[in-house]
Amino acid sequence: MRFVSEFRDPATGKKVLQQIEQQLRQLGHDASHPLKIMEVCGGHTHTIFKFGLEGMLPPSIELVHGPGCPVCVLPVGRLDDAIAIASQPDVIFTTFGDTLRVPGSQKSLLQCKAEGADIRTVYSPTDALSLARQHPQKKVVFFGIGFETTAPATALTLLQAREEAVSNFSVFCNHITIIPTLEAILADPSLRIDGFLGPGHVTMVIGLEPYTFVCDVHKKPFVISGFEPLDVLQSLVMLLEQFRQGRCFVENQYKRLVQPQGNRVAQQAMQTVFEAREHFEWRGLGSIPHSGLRLREAFSAFDAEKHFAIPAQQVADPKACQCGDVLKGAIKPWQCKVFGTACTPETPIGACMVSSEGACAAYYNYGRLSTSRKLEATR
Amino acid sequence: MCLGIPGQVIEIQDPVRKLGLVDIGGVRRITNLMCVVDEDHPIESCVGAWVLVHVGFAMSRIDPDEAQRTLDLLREMGDLQSELQTIEGKGTS
Ligand code: SF4
Repeated sequence: MRFVSEFRDPATGKKVLQQIEQQLRQLGHDASHPLKIMEVCGGHTHTIFKFGLEGMLPPSIELVHGPGCPVCVLPVGRLDDAIAIASQPDVIFTTFGDTLRVPGSQKSLLQCKAEGADIRTVYSPTDALSLARQHPQKKVVFFGIGFETTAPATALTLLQAREEAVSNFSVFCNHITIIPTLEAILADPSLRIDGFLGPGHVTMVIGLEPYTFVCDVHKKPFVISGFEPLDVLQSLVMLLEQFRQGRCFVENQYKRLVQPQGNRVAQQAMQTVFEAREHFEWRGLGSIPHSGLRLREAFSAFDAEKHFAIPAQQVADPKACQCGDVLKGAIKPWQCKVFGTACTPETPIGACMVSSEGACAAYYNYGRLSTSRKLEATR
Repeated sequence: MCLGIPGQVIEIQDPVRKLGLVDIGGVRRITNLMCVVDEDHPIESCVGAWVLVHVGFAMSRIDPDEAQRTLDLLREMGDLQSELQTIEGKGTS
């Protein structure tokens, strides 16, 4: 596929890896004190495992898998709310496929569907709107989740619904935003991160400017990266070059897609439809101020939270679950006590095991466990 | 869910609602082009363009020149690396 396969060339990758090794040597990093780079976005975590980058990189650099998988951070309480909506009569509950297995406090959406609820997987929020047009006697609810990559699609679909006055369509909004999340990570004193791989697709929407505080205030280099393996490796070279020069700024590796100003149409749609919630609960991380979006008053006719009785309870994460520590990068997935035993993709306890972008599922599926342990042993 | 995929716009289906048919790795799907259309890029100009498709919406145009520049940089990086190795006496050539 064009714009994909060129960025997967193993021969080039090998040479770039050599360059990374050399840069790390020059910087004086070794296995005993590795440079720590966090990839914020679950898409990068996926690439890193799928292509085995972690095993190819020298032990003098450590990739910390951040919280940027929206399915992983969906809290138990919100899932219970989703299940409560889906279980009501005359509701068609539509969702992206990867939320189906996320465990709520009693069950998952998948189990709820098995018990008879009309839950349908859609590829796009526009598919949910089409279902609403096709079934005027039903109430069609779309489970809106995701960062600024997905939020514009939900916003534009809602604008469309309003224009057409589709009265049986609503959104259960769980969209989240990246900047408050980064602020929360950076405010945690226990975390030692030297620099960041920035989320390419979120940035294609919000632009480069919102990240400047990471460099100006926190003095951490930040490189916006594409999602193919060569993109990730090149971004690491760019980060290392910043360290070498003793400089720190927001740089864009993903120029083929990311405009410095972002996407104005998408920004405007989000601005029109959403506003920030005071607080939003994250699985594993607790409450993060202003990190969640809700529908503005003008769109209350389309707000599922206003139409349906939902429990809206805050539910504690399961005791055994260490997803929070994994999401913050404090521990590696395999250091969680239930990893691979009680918690597997078939029987997930925590959400990081559910989504293919979750760090635990990535470790589990791509069998990097042994490599990572070996690496860890050399440290 | 978060994975955006490159696709090429085949034809415009509804210029008012800004819908086009996009070929995404051989699969054709009606895609909303609203986010890649502005005064400088009218809807007709989308045909043939490469875009990043995410949950049914084209979220950005892919700039082939920039893609080429990134690839050139990567290859240069590789060439430079071979040369440095030769200097260090590790190279094969
Ligand atoms: S192994 Fe399971 S419970 Fe442990 S951190 Fe990963 S997802 Fe959470």
